[in-house]
Amino acid sequence: MTPLLEIRDLRIEGRSDEEWHPIINGVDLTLGRGEVLGLIGESGAGKSTLGLAAMGYVRDGVRISGGSVMFDGIDLMNASTEEKRSLLGRRIAYVAQSAAASFNPAHKLIDQHVEAPVRHGVQDRGESIEDAIELYAKLRLPNPEEIGFRYPHQVSGGQLQRAMTAMAMSCRPDLIIFDEPTTALDVTTQIEVLAAIRDIVDQFGTSAIYITHDLAVVAQMADRIKVLLRGDEVETAPTREMLDAPREDYTKSLWAVRGYHRPEKPKPGPESVPILAVEGVTAAYGEQVVLNEVSFDIHPGRTVAVVGESGSGKSTTARVITGLLPPRSGVVRFEGEALPPSYRQRSKDQLRQIQMIYQMADTALNPRQSIAQIVGRPVRFYSGLKGRRLAARVDELLEQIELDPAIYRDRLPGELSGGQKQRVGIARALAAEPRLIICDEVTSALDQLVAEGILKLLARLQDELGLSYMFITHDLATVKAIADEVVVMKEGRVIEQGPKTEMFTPPHHPYTDLLLSSVPEMDPDWLDRLLAERRVEALGEAATDKM
Amino acid sequence: MGSVIRIVLQRLALGLLTLLIVSAVIFGAVNLLPGDFAQAVLGQSATPEAVAAIRTQLGLDQPLPVRYAQWLWDAARGDLGVSFAQANFASFTGRVDPSATVLAQIGPRFANTMFLAGVTAAIAVPLAVGLGILAALWRDTAFDKGANIATLSSISSPEFFVAYILILLFAVVNPVLPSLSNIFPGMSFGERLEKTLLPALTLTLVVTAHMMRMTRAAILNLMAQPYIEMARLKGMRPLRVIWRHALPNALAPIVNVVALNLAYLVTGVVVVEVVFVYPGIGQLFVDSVKLRDIPVVQACCLIFAAAYILLNLTADILSIISNPRLRHPK
Repeated sequence: MTPLLEIRDLRIEGRSDEEWHPIINGVDLTLGRGEVLGLIGESGAGKSTLGLAAMGYVRDGVRISGGSVMFDGIDLMNASTEEKRSLLGRRIAYVAQSAAASFNPAHKLIDQHVEAPVRHGVQDRGESIEDAIELYAKLRLPNPEEIGFRYPHQVSGGQLQRAMTAMAMSCRPDLIIFDEPTTALDVTTQIEVLAAIRDIVDQFGTSAIYITHDLAVVAQMADRIKVLLRGDEVETAPTREMLDAPREDYTKSLWAVRGYHRPEKPKPGPESVPILAVEGVTAAYGEQVVLNEVSFDIHPGRTVAVVGESGSGKSTTARVITGLLPPRSGVVRFEGEALPPSYRQRSKDQLRQIQMIYQMADTALNPRQSIAQIVGRPVRFYSGLKGRRLAARVDELLEQIELDPAIYRDRLPGELSGGQKQRVGIARALAAEPRLIICDEVTSALDQLVAEGILKLLARLQDELGLSYMFITHDLATVKAIADEVVVMKEGRVIEQGPKTEMFTPPHHPYTDLLLSSVPEMDPDWLDRLLAERRVEALGEAATDKM
Repeated sequence: MGSVIRIVLQRLALGLLTLLIVSAVIFGAVNLLPGDFAQAVLGQSATPEAVAAIRTQLGLDQPLPVRYAQWLWDAARGDLGVSFAQANFASFTGRVDPSATVLAQIGPRFANTMFLAGVTAAIAVPLAVGLGILAALWRDTAFDKGANIATLSSISSPEFFVAYILILLFAVVNPVLPSLSNIFPGMSFGERLEKTLLPALTLTLVVTAHMMRMTRAAILNLMAQPYIEMARLKGMRPLRVIWRHALPNALAPIVNVVALNLAYLVTGVVVVEVVFVYPGIGQLFVDSVKLRDIPVVQACCLIFAAAYILLNLTADILSIISNPRLRHPK
């Protein structure tokens, strides 16, 4: 039997700075009927571009410069626009990364769901609505009868992602391209979406290309894995084979990242005064209370990871500590001394002691200032250095973050890679010579290899300068790698806190347990096992409920 | 829906407050005009006693705040006063001829202006939005560039020039439409429409460019959104992608520009009225300023201000309603 999709020597170019640059350099891809292929690689590897090209679609400013894409005997390179349009949504469907952005805010879910079946003449509106309700039920969406009649903003992210999968299924396509469908979701939500997607793909025997940067996720979803690096294929192998014995060095390095682990520091003595103490902090945005009696300590030279899902109050805690959001009650102490609630009332020295590094280095750096200006400003502000001594200090800071000052001093942020930008963010924080740095999801937007480099840099700086870190993250792998202590937050409360080793050994608080068990593992059977375990528990609970 | 109603009421209250402030500004500004009605109507040789008598009759001897309060109170009850120019002061008896009230002066003129604005809007708004959609659909094609050049040249030419060109084309070379818009009460709708068509076309050419370009820009602004890509990847046709997926999300900026242009049609068409001798409110306004007919000037200003505020308010409210997050809270 011929494969469903066959891509040969595909070359794709993107336009930037008035020139065409290669994005995909001659990649082959074969997908059998009913097969799920995992496409993995770091950002910029060309995964999404390749996935879209499999639909015969390129984004603006991108062109296919060579090769062929055959879908079920149809040559997509030479098909007319009309021919391709009749395939899209009907025989090939797409599930995007951000469901919240990919559903039109102006229309109800159901109206967007029925659009493809009705317009392609597959079903009429009534049939399609009935079918949608069935699909919603299959994807285990709550209230399948009525959830479709809501607007996108009225539905949560995880539910939207499943509704989008249902929409992709509406015409029962032969092929679905899943483009990082769970990347934007919390781990606990991710599980349900992964399970739902896998079941429905199985059930309809749909072929799929599953694009992700997360190895553990792709291990659950794919029959075969293809690794991409800067537009080139690194290797392709069946999932188990690749997990057991990756052939290429690059693939091995992807595996190795997860292994980074920082030795735990000895516990602070009983006489140690916390450098930062958050005591019974309650804070609110307007009427809405977002932090409830939050308390924890950070001891000198240690890293405290604050973990939780989106909306748990992690970043709000940082805003209270830095004085951006004065709390309703409670107090923040620095070395035993209460800090004024608002940053406006804090002295320059108090401000200097606590610095922040942000998630999006892109938006946290002024694009029109050179690196030397960005790093130099806080140096001048806090230490008053000028002229040659200022320049020398800036160079010293750049060396500390492992960027050669001679090369990078005069560059603009736009000329730096994501990891380098994050390093500049670190240098800017260091410029104030702080005692405590709050790192807000600093590695979330980075690829694993780059993220590891940042974590190692932070660890080295901690050893050299005796810094303390408050590390806000939703990624438990990062926590395992660098934390000394862990604070688990949920819905504005601290659920559990303690040293890392205690937190990662049972017994846990049930919520911590849920968080920990939801982190995908690099084992193709992990999802099945976990779902089976949870089903047994749920059955047990349901049985006692019904009694 | 509760939150929408609350916002609408808030905006209405704000609109009324704005109108109040504007009324004070109008009253102050009009009274700063040099010259005096009594002096103007009686001429240079008038005795001081005669001037003073008329000033007393008209209440012009009262202090400014008192006159403002009186005017505002009357205006709020729908009485905009008596036109100085129409009242016969020589035989002033204290009884007002009904045709001399400001309302009687302005009423028919205002109706004419609204008719012209309505006809223009009925042509220009669909035309501009339609052209904008097509320009977005076929962006960077000859159509897009042509539409841009044509609308921009028409907005860049002086209004009277556009008007005379149209007269030349449709009234002189091909005499299909009348070049004079002498409208009077009792005309049939069809006749009125025929007489109004040329000025309406002139104004259409003046206001289309702005609305069309905003429609195009607002739509193109959204074309990089993931939900637009999603619609394309569902195999939807380009026109449907724009009509169904981009336009509903682009309504707010478009509605605002439409409101701005409609307000212009109500308030700023003096030149076109003069060219076509169209009996609208614009000409009345200019004549009244010349005559120092303060009550009429004030009333016109108040109507203009109210039109601006009301149309912008409507645009605000429509853009709020076009946001599903407000219409359907969680």
